[in-house]
Amino acid sequence: MSASSFLSIQGLSRRFSARSGVGEFSLAVERGQFVVLLGPSGCGKSTTLRLIAGLETPDAGRVEIDGRDVTALSPSERGLSMVFQSYALFPHLDVAENIVFGLKVRGVARAERRHRLDEALAITGLEGLEDRKPAKLSGGQRQRVALARAIVADHPLCLMDEPLSNLDAQLRHSVRQDIRALQKRLGMTVIYVTHDQTEAMSMADIVVLMRDGQIEQAASPAEIYMEPATAFAASFVGTPPMVMLPAEMLDAGACPPAGAPADMVFGVRGEDLALHPEGQGRLAAQVVELEFLGAETFVHLEVAGPVRLIARVPGRPAVVPGERLSLDWPREATHWFDRASGRRIARPSSALAPSPTDRPQSMPALPSAAKGL
Amino acid sequence: MADMTRQRERRRTALYGWMLLSPALVLLTTFAFAPTIATLWQSLFSAGTRRRPAAFVGLDNYADLIADPVFWRVLGNNLVYAGVTVPASIVIALGMALWANANIPARAFVRVAYFTPTMLPMIAAANLWLFFYTPGIGPFAHLGFGSVNWLGQPDTALWAVIVVAIWKEAGFFMIFYLAALQTIPPDLKEAALIEGAGRWTYTRRVVLPLLMPTTLFVLVNALINSVRLVDQLFILTKGGPDNASKLILYWIWELAFSYFDAPRAAAMTVLVLLMLGLVAIVQFGLIDRRAHYR
Repeated sequence: MSASSFLSIQGLSRRFSARSGVGEFSLAVERGQFVVLLGPSGCGKSTTLRLIAGLETPDAGRVEIDGRDVTALSPSERGLSMVFQSYALFPHLDVAENIVFGLKVRGVARAERRHRLDEALAITGLEGLEDRKPAKLSGGQRQRVALARAIVADHPLCLMDEPLSNLDAQLRHSVRQDIRALQKRLGMTVIYVTHDQTEAMSMADIVVLMRDGQIEQAASPAEIYMEPATAFAASFVGTPPMVMLPAEMLDAGACPPAGAPADMVFGVRGEDLALHPEGQGRLAAQVVELEFLGAETFVHLEVAGPVRLIARVPGRPAVVPGERLSLDWPREATHWFDRASGRRIARPSSALAPSPTDRPQSMPALPSAAKGL
Repeated sequence: MADMTRQRERRRTALYGWMLLSPALVLLTTFAFAPTIATLWQSLFSAGTRRRPAAFVGLDNYADLIADPVFWRVLGNNLVYAGVTVPASIVIALGMALWANANIPARAFVRVAYFTPTMLPMIAAANLWLFFYTPGIGPFAHLGFGSVNWLGQPDTALWAVIVVAIWKEAGFFMIFYLAALQTIPPDLKEAALIEGAGRWTYTRRVVLPLLMPTTLFVLVNALINSVRLVDQLFILTKGGPDNASKLILYWIWELAFSYFDAPRAAAMTVLVLLMLGLVAIVQFGLIDRRAHYR
């Protein structure tokens, strides 16, 4: 595993307390991959990044970059660059000095520095701003300076700690694409930390979903969406979140043969739910409210008392709050999980051969929906 | 008609302006401007006695001062005093602040320990140091300098006074540096680390430039203090021996209250005010140019 991968992390642990920090974190990243560490706040994703950077000392575990064990090395010896959430620009230095700070410290010759600076300025579109101090830049420009500083060193590995969280929504969208394009163009390996699933889904080659300092699932965005490995992954990724329902709500025949219905829960993606007149579907529900988003509508539904589901319906459905109706969905769109462990229960037929025509709308629909929120 | 309204409006604005200005104006006039002008006025007259009332003598008092060798001695002393205490206390304060800001055990205790000299009244501190300096008894005597009379010989008296001033001031300036250091986000250090800067490079290329506004502020205070802070002389040396440790302000006090030569004291005060004014102009010019990057 470590022989072929560019960044290899084995059993990395750093515990601040029982629930915070990182425990037994193992991951292999190929050269040129864009890996996003995703998770709720406090799940240990930033700590993981800081452990990779060497800003935090692990209690246990190994970090290898390009086949070299860097666990005991200082941050600068690891040959990586980092973009901070706050950008961490030096306020007393102008843009050019900020970008070449590392080159200067490392004693790169003046001509070479000039050349690389011009390149970085061109790539990030900062030409003409060389002499500005960070205080005289907009948020987006500061972000680009931080990016330029990260790429000017030409390190193959770049770590990014929520680099977009200080930007406004519109800018975030365009910078997201810029970063992705830049990463592809320079062939950088990027480890990117975010709590924003839209960012994760739209940028990542691999999404590493974390919870309580452990990896919940590491997979491609499509896989994590369509085959969530745990109930947590299913409800964290996707808008609206998937709601877990007790298996007893369905007919006994609908359950997978893996265990008793009492041990299982199931969830359905909002876009897989279809609204039918009362009595014509599999699950009775009552409309609570409608959330109109333009291209689609979130229909909040009450099923079996306090449990609420949200169905994603294209356009404006002709239902009103209070209306009773019935829900239906394709059989293979049901995600089954173990009630106690939260692990996915594979349905022999759908897990092995998911036919592409079965759910055409589920994968590409996610990013646009999350953007709309 | 409209003209009159506008005029009344303008007069009212002016009135508001004066009303807002008046508290500061009254205080400054009573305690700064008026005494300054009175001093200037007094410095132009001779010292009056019962028989010979004060007479206008023009700049005679100034000429007398400049002709007095003690004037030059005191001026020289004060230049040495400032030239040593200002940089020394700033450098020590910075060093202590960098250390007290680092992750060290008993950090709060270290900070308090550094700040203690500032909290002591100068008179109390001077008495403490009087004990330190006493030949044969004080701690210095036990360090192998048993017979040196630090305060009693012209060669060492001024330096002994300088040491006390540095000890007293460094802790105070450290507080400003400590506050400034804590406004530097830790991200900057991490970014510098990742960029390959060592601790020394980080301090020199990032921390010191960011502390520049604080340094200028401390510098102004240190320079003012080098003229103002003479309390320890009253306890330690009384300016002696042979004027070796006499500083300007102490001399002014002597002229006025020991020799009862108020006009000469006034003339000296005016000279000090002129000097301090010049220093202030230069420094604020500097600050305006250098402290804009935050």
